[in-house]
Amino acid sequence: MIEGILIGLKTALSLKNILMVMMGCFFGTIIGMLPGLGPMTAIALMIPITYGFDPATGLILMAGVYYGAVFGGSTSSILINAPGIPGTVATSFDGYPMAQQGKAGKALAIAAYSSFAGGTIAAIFLLFAAPSLSKVSLSFRSPDYFALMILGLTAVAAFSSKGQFLKAMMMAVLGLMLASVGQDTLSDIPRFVFNNMNLSDGISFVLVVMATFAMSEALMIILRGTDPSSAAKAISLKELGSIKLDKEETKKTLKTIPRSSIIGFIVGVLPGAGSTIGSFLAYGMERNFVSKEEKEKFGKGSVHGLAAPETANNAACSGSFVPLLTLGIPGSGTTAVMLGALLGFGIQPGPRLYMTNPEIFWSVIMSMYIGMVVLLILNLPLIPYIARILAVPRTFLIPMILFFSVTGIYLMSFNTFDIFLMIGIAIVATGLRLYKFPMPPLILAFVLGGLMEENLRRSLLISDGSFSFLWERPVTAVIIVFTILIVSWQAYQSLKTK
Amino acid sequence: MKISSVKIISLLFFILSAFYLYTAYQIQVFSFDENAPFNAKTFPIYLGYAGMFLAGLKIILPERLKEEVDHKVLDYKKVIFLVIIMIFYGLTILRVGFFVSTSIFLLLSYYFLGERRWKFMIIFSFPFVAIFMFLLHGLLNIYLRDPFLKYLGIIG
Repeated sequence: MIEGILIGLKTALSLKNILMVMMGCFFGTIIGMLPGLGPMTAIALMIPITYGFDPATGLILMAGVYYGAVFGGSTSSILINAPGIPGTVATSFDGYPMAQQGKAGKALAIAAYSSFAGGTIAAIFLLFAAPSLSKVSLSFRSPDYFALMILGLTAVAAFSSKGQFLKAMMMAVLGLMLASVGQDTLSDIPRFVFNNMNLSDGISFVLVVMATFAMSEALMIILRGTDPSSAAKAISLKELGSIKLDKEETKKTLKTIPRSSIIGFIVGVLPGAGSTIGSFLAYGMERNFVSKEEKEKFGKGSVHGLAAPETANNAACSGSFVPLLTLGIPGSGTTAVMLGALLGFGIQPGPRLYMTNPEIFWSVIMSMYIGMVVLLILNLPLIPYIARILAVPRTFLIPMILFFSVTGIYLMSFNTFDIFLMIGIAIVATGLRLYKFPMPPLILAFVLGGLMEENLRRSLLISDGSFSFLWERPVTAVIIVFTILIVSWQAYQSLKTK
Repeated sequence: MKISSVKIISLLFFILSAFYLYTAYQIQVFSFDENAPFNAKTFPIYLGYAGMFLAGLKIILPERLKEEVDHKVLDYKKVIFLVIIMIFYGLTILRVGFFVSTSIFLLLSYYFLGERRWKFMIIFSFPFVAIFMFLLHGLLNIYLRDPFLKYLGIIG
């Protein structure tokens, strides 16, 4: 492991990669601060750029964007009560009241220190958990992988939006349908191409991500008439106050960090759960841990109440890399986008990544530490200035998002058919999003589609067409039981509400 | 009786799944693969049935949360304009070239979204695209076909 850490450090500490982490954190913070534009949009816009780099650098850049976006989301939650991403909603419960009391600088500092500590502790967990889990997952067979993918899709569908399980499952099926367009990987038989040569290679993953997130987000902003930059304008005008914490505040923050890190990391590892559930769970648990007097302060500017979700959401981000790096199965929409980008580089994440591409495996883990340091040292003092950059009116912001989306896809294929296909998918996605059909299950399913079919093919061929492979191996059976439990829970919740 | 928009979308999804399933059955597989436990059409067939099943459930089951959208407050006009501009951009990018088509796309987008500060609009269209193209050519070695700039002798 020491050798791996050194390999990772060597790669991550190269000047180019440090610059990438810094750029990623900076860019991610800007996007994350804009309400509605989250890490997935930020990463989607970055993908065409990453294809110009080697895989390790590309992934380091995307990881930086991810952390930056989560941090940026916290900033708008604290300063204007407008969370940039769902994972920072819990941050606003106590962060915003603190800002209203004239302690915005302190709230930002607590958020930054907690994020740093949560991310770092979780990265240490990842350092030990990932190689061990990689070794365990080497014993996994095709039926186990197929069952894991079903579990991942079901979990993401269950958690992606409350009370919308059926809609989310429909989106997952739509994602799988889109993934099936093009030649069959084994027999090269064309499927759903309708004699159109442009579809024979299938639909590009970047195209689907850009259309469903970046472009449809831009269209949604225009449709609703909202101005995301109004948040930034409010921030730049605000008096932040001191960012120095006193002894009491430091003590409270330090108490909260370890327990929230553990909660965040564990939740992050679970498929589908991610930073949103992690932060809410940590907030709720923290309320039970503190004294009665402190409990009263929750929702009114409690230091514990701010530190807990901030620590947990960053720990969950690191945790979500565990299933991606060790099993090759992303547990969230954001890591699904990263998986798609890795597949684009010709790299198959999974237990063997640890052995075949140690420099990627370890450099991503090492770059997480560097990312945290960058966020703490550079972003915190720069927040007021970043906010000023952000005060770009939407009349310029939206055309720029559309420009980067269209150009990004054009530069990848130099084919105008892809532009029209992207516009078509973006229009459909905008319509679906209006009626609360969630997009993360669609992306996850689109990325997993090929792998899922491959593992189902192997499993069915081994079992001679029988679906008994789903319960013959204990590991597969346990995973299937978990999937059934999630579906049953959703059905029960639905009946209970009625 | 008013049918909710979500039910209509679900019905459309049901029809899409049925069409997908029909097309999946039409996939021509190799004769030796016809009776194999798994061939090129097996997975799509499962997906077609899954889509129909889920959409069917959504149509049949009563809705827990009514998701109705107030269309009066939505700005469809601007979205339609932008989509038309994007299609126009896609149609001209190869024929006219990247520089002119992208600059005009940006300029028109700013205008239709309500921007009237011409100085900024010009700066963030033609010079911005020129710098972007220079970065692509000079730093990333990505060549962009541009008949207009070629005609002017700016690029080779």
